[in-house]
Amino acid sequence: MTISTIEVTPSDLKKGRGNVERQAYLKTLISQRAEFGAEVPAWVKEVRDRNLTLIQDQALPSNRTEEWRFTDPSSLYKIPFQPAAATVTAEQIQAHSWPDVAIRLVFVNGVFAPGLSHQTEVSGLQITTLQNLDDSFQAYLGKTHGSEEVFTALNGCNFKDAAVLKVDRNQVIETPIHLLFVSAAQGETPTVAYPRVLVVAETGSTVTLVEDFVSIGAQTFTNAVAEIFLAANAQVNHIRLQREEATAFHIGKTAVSQKRDSRYRSIALSLGGQLSRHNPEIVTEEQTETILDGLTLATDSQVADTHSALTFSQAHCQAQQLHKCIVDDHARAVFNGRIFVPKAAQQTNAAQLSRNLLLSPKARVDTKPQLEIVADDVKCAHGATVSQLEDDEVFYLQSRGLDHDNACDLLVKAFAAEILEKISIPSIRKGLLEDVLSRLR
Amino acid sequence: MIVENSEVILSVKDVTAEVDGNAILKGVNLEIKAGEIHAIMGPNGSGKSTLSKLLAGHPAYTLTGGEVVYKGKNLFDLEPEERAKEGVFLAFQYPLEIPGVSNLDFLRVAYNAKRQHLGEEELDAFDFDDLVRERLDVVKMDPAFLDRSVNEGFSGGEKKRNEILQMALLEPTLAILDETDSGLDIDALKIVSNGVNQLTNPNNAVLLITHYQRLLDYIVPDYVHVMQGGRILTTGGKELALELEEKGYDWLQPAGVA
Repeated sequence: MTISTIEVTPSDLKKGRGNVERQAYLKTLISQRAEFGAEVPAWVKEVRDRNLTLIQDQALPSNRTEEWRFTDPSSLYKIPFQPAAATVTAEQIQAHSWPDVAIRLVFVNGVFAPGLSHQTEVSGLQITTLQNLDDSFQAYLGKTHGSEEVFTALNGCNFKDAAVLKVDRNQVIETPIHLLFVSAAQGETPTVAYPRVLVVAETGSTVTLVEDFVSIGAQTFTNAVAEIFLAANAQVNHIRLQREEATAFHIGKTAVSQKRDSRYRSIALSLGGQLSRHNPEIVTEEQTETILDGLTLATDSQVADTHSALTFSQAHCQAQQLHKCIVDDHARAVFNGRIFVPKAAQQTNAAQLSRNLLLSPKARVDTKPQLEIVADDVKCAHGATVSQLEDDEVFYLQSRGLDHDNACDLLVKAFAAEILEKISIPSIRKGLLEDVLSRLR
Repeated sequence: MIVENSEVILSVKDVTAEVDGNAILKGVNLEIKAGEIHAIMGPNGSGKSTLSKLLAGHPAYTLTGGEVVYKGKNLFDLEPEERAKEGVFLAFQYPLEIPGVSNLDFLRVAYNAKRQHLGEEELDAFDFDDLVRERLDVVKMDPAFLDRSVNEGFSGGEKKRNEILQMALLEPTLAILDETDSGLDIDALKIVSNGVNQLTNPNNAVLLITHYQRLLDYIVPDYVHVMQGGRILTTGGKELALELEEKGYDWLQPAGVA
């Protein structure tokens, strides 16, 4: 028998103490979870309870946690967030709606608000919530990979409702579906919401989803999870917009499971939040296509982090990722993109590019494109660029009659447009371009 | 063409200028009247490009002495974009690539900035499209270039033609062509020169900055200035360019300078 001694250093003590506080903060959040109503099936309650077990011994991360090295979440833990009901008016929703998107489901603080929503019957598409949820979803809810991650598990433990979509076999849904998640703080109460999305695209189906996060009021914390299942040969076009107030906190997970021959195309925008983080995690089977486009805008003292992870488990997969950050003032953006190509994933063709535009001397970006390749017959590329607006570029435009500010605007717009132009819905494409520019002024 | 008693468009008097603290222009004098074509020749580092960028308002170039009067106004009271809208046009030696901005949009924004300045109504996309297609002919440019990002992936000759297309739309009073001929093959040179010749008239003026006499076979100057060491050493007619081509610049050294 060996006896080992553990040396305790002052920094460990500090870490340990912080750990206890972070554990306590987590416990407080868990203790606030709202009970389900009678209409929610028992098996959904079991999903939540399973997450409660998962999270039991965990603590929330600090910037000493490897995955959070560049993004210090400690400011979040200083605020006593709690779940709360809020009244949101139709006018407030109108301001955040997209005129050419006919189906709109509004969730206020994570709970479906039928009065603010607008639905039309579409054949082959099922839209529902947790109330009387069909047993067939039992195979999906809470079943994606990575659910043990602490914020994912926190949502899994505390979600009160969910947007549930199912597209039937071989159905092509032309109408985009707008899921609008409003985190609203009434008065001064710091409010937390746990939005949840479940999408099941059956074999051969196609659907376009607009997952949209906005906030109202000063102090909100949105802890979101979306699970997206693509059956064989299905296609999901996913537009994810995080356009909350600049004071908001947002931590979101997008967990995608791609069966063979499926196509997942996503455009993720991160515009709001004093601290925001998005973790897209995709696992694919054979001959899938995955397109991940991202645009982050960070101004003032915003910190915006994207940590993506794409794992191929089989051969002949294609992936393209372009993530762009525009950072101004003393804001900070983080990009960490991991692509894992194991031995089984031969013939993978993957390209990853991180491009960053810094608009002020104090702006900062930490970017880490990361390819981990075990397979030996693949075509993979990755790269990162960091640049500023060049005086010569601005002068060129000025010499053609544009004033300095308009010249800079045009250049920034051009940088953002590469991502925004991929959005197929005109009102969203146009509206977001204006939103990006107005946030920069 | 030299026209008696025509209006002075640009008057450069004893101009000194620096870039990054290095004095480049050391007393330049130049007067350009309406209708005239001037060429400035000179070896590398003589200050030719500095003069052109200074006149257009590049932020890295600082006037340290003398004055420049453009159409009766102090040029240095105007921001670069104001100079552009008042009719100063610089065709860049190295036109910049602007990924993400379509050439058509760029041309329209520039054109409308000038219209607005002149108190004219801006052209909508439809009318502008007609206008630009007509002007494309000046430089024999393929309309496909309108839909591409500004200068992105253009060849050297295509970039220079694109500059002259901008000139054709903006109809400047003073066009400064900074080595527009450099790096062009003879076909491209003819197209660009022909474009410029179509755009000259008794009310505007052109300042050509070049290394090569060859350009002046196609755009015939009224005056040729030789620049060296930040000064204009001598001025002559178009025959001076031929002499320079033959003898080089060394014979022009002023007395007392080795």
